[in-house]
Amino acid sequence: MSKILATIAQRLGLGLVTLFVVTLIIAGMIEALPGDFCQAILGQSATESTVQACRRENGFDQPFVTRYVTWLGNTATLDLGTSLSNKRDVGEFITVRLENTLFLAAFAAIVAVPLALTLGILAALYRYSWYDRFVNVFTLTSISFPEFLVGYIMILLLSVMTSTLEGGSWFPALATVRPETSFADRVHLVFLPAMTLTLVVVAHMMRMTRAAIINLLASPYIEMARLKGIKNSRIIVKHALPNALAPIVNVVAINLAYLIVGVVVVEVVFTYPGLGKSLVDAVKFRDIPVVQASCMIFALTYILLNLTADVLSIVSNPRLLHPR
Amino acid sequence: MSTVQSPEADPTPIVESDGKMLRQVACFAALAYLMFLFFSHIGTELTSAIGGIACSLVAVLLIYRGWSGLGLNRMRSDIVAAGIFIFILGSLTALGRFMESPWSAFFGLVGLEIFLLAVTAGWKEVRKAPPTALFGVGIIFIYIMASCLASIIAPYGEASVVGQTYMPWGSELKDGGIALLGTDQLGRDTLSRLIYGARNTVGVALATTALTFFVGTFLGLMAASLQGIVDQGLSRVVDVLMAIPQLIFALLILTVIGDGVLNMALVIAMLESTRVFRLARAVALNIVVMDYVEAAKLRGESLLSIIWREVLPNATAPLAAEFGLRFCFVFLFIASLSFLGFGFQPPTADWGSMVRESGNLLNFFTMMPSMGITPLVPAFCIALLTVAVNFVVDWFLHKMSGLKE
Repeated sequence: MSKILATIAQRLGLGLVTLFVVTLIIAGMIEALPGDFCQAILGQSATESTVQACRRENGFDQPFVTRYVTWLGNTATLDLGTSLSNKRDVGEFITVRLENTLFLAAFAAIVAVPLALTLGILAALYRYSWYDRFVNVFTLTSISFPEFLVGYIMILLLSVMTSTLEGGSWFPALATVRPETSFADRVHLVFLPAMTLTLVVVAHMMRMTRAAIINLLASPYIEMARLKGIKNSRIIVKHALPNALAPIVNVVAINLAYLIVGVVVVEVVFTYPGLGKSLVDAVKFRDIPVVQASCMIFALTYILLNLTADVLSIVSNPRLLHPR
Repeated sequence: MSTVQSPEADPTPIVESDGKMLRQVACFAALAYLMFLFFSHIGTELTSAIGGIACSLVAVLLIYRGWSGLGLNRMRSDIVAAGIFIFILGSLTALGRFMESPWSAFFGLVGLEIFLLAVTAGWKEVRKAPPTALFGVGIIFIYIMASCLASIIAPYGEASVVGQTYMPWGSELKDGGIALLGTDQLGRDTLSRLIYGARNTVGVALATTALTFFVGTFLGLMAASLQGIVDQGLSRVVDVLMAIPQLIFALLILTVIGDGVLNMALVIAMLESTRVFRLARAVALNIVVMDYVEAAKLRGESLLSIIWREVLPNATAPLAAEFGLRFCFVFLFIASLSFLGFGFQPPTADWGSMVRESGNLLNFFTMMPSMGITPLVPAFCIALLTVAVNFVVDWFLHKMSGLKE
């Protein structure tokens, strides 16, 4: 048991180091700006004294280490500064956006994970069959499709083509969610973006599940079990599944992390007021506090999910759980 | 059918007699030229740069593998003659276009010619390919045609306004021509922009992939051969770069260094090269322990020479497959970024921003279906090329694993 704890501790330590470096990069991006932050936000016409005042106000007269520590403390307490483009409090604004994004991602994940796992396991069990081939071509195609194409096809099929002359359609093409929107309305509004994300993620997840299971079914102990004459269902439940848990958990976590990236493009397609959309807008306006905050959240989630995947695969590894 | 060996088509003895030195010098020169062309022209005459890249890339491949490696010394002279005939015919019939943009037209035709030569040389293999791979090769050929000859086959210019805004498919323009796919929000011909978009989007993706590969492979092989602190250092840097989602990281860097095609290409190359680094390192780690590498080290060969002569030739097959896959990822990455509004600057036609700009037309589908699917056309162009490259890579991987067994 101590071996497993040591492995986990090592992995967690590595995760912490990564997190530290990532915060350094995000905090340090201001340093890398051509000119400096104050000149960038005040423009060319700013007088020397206003630039100086701005520098003092934002603490640019301090050394980098001091500023980094302050920034880290502020970020941890959700004091993210004010947005440069709309002068709103970034913390408040980002929280709403984050809730929207989490809602969308959770919706997509709830549909995608069971679907992908079932289809992937079936494809592995009946491999080289007609069904497997079809699934293979289908997933290869949808992986090759850019997210916005999938999104537009969804809009075309489920929104535009189903619209009637009275102006109603099955699902709205634009997911304009407001804070006061009720849960049922939200589900209806978010349906198309969630389905788009699902389609994109299912393809990846299914391929990876299939590969993981096939890898497993080829191992000697499965062959041994077959030769012993054990029933097929028992082989899968007793011999394959416990060993398949690690790869499957890994696949799920990796794809949830992938969802985070996919969410950016999908939110832009459906003009959904989420974190991804706000990041893209902020990058266009060079709204640095918002960029930093959103990048930090995305990076944090990504790192944590990958960390969880690794830890779970360590924990669910039978060889580590039952050491000789 | 007798195989005729013409003197022009059989330069093998020359290459052989001059040894590998000449080939290497030529290879580096071509690569340097490629990068120079790309990065010096990117803002101004993008088109000529892309044509140059396409043909230089293939030239690098040809020079590196040697003509005999591709079986070109067994080239039938009638194929060569037909190629030259097409080349001359093409330049004659499109003389006007040629004069407008001589560099891009010239490079385009040379690139096309080299592609044709390569396919005919590998015809034996291509003929035995499964239907999916044939489909892939065919699609790639059409794309190369479109991007190489864009300035010749496109009915109108990339940025020229030819009619009213948002004209439907097949409507007549003021100069009497017909806009097959309608016009866009500024009244530019969509079909022409689609063809130019092939050159810009695919060309930039190709150049970025080349840069990605150059950096990733070089550092990966370096890490594997040197090991120790270099390996540790590079691997940890790569770990950190891979810890942030790529798209997010790209957006973060673009905020700092500013927008533009060059910046986008550099950022993507940096981020994607981490994947190539991992693969190159993993492959090379198995090679550097071989006896012949040991022998080369004992002979006192330099590091670069060991990487170039001993390790790289034995890692070409997996790296070639990776090149195809990586191209797909880079291509989709560029498409996503330009869809989000980064990278290509306005007059330049590219598929990602074409989708974004015409996205609203989707709502007109019930009134006029052809108009409604206009935004999907460039998006489908992106998807089709990715599918095609994937099919070819699958075939290649299958062939490779078959040869190994």
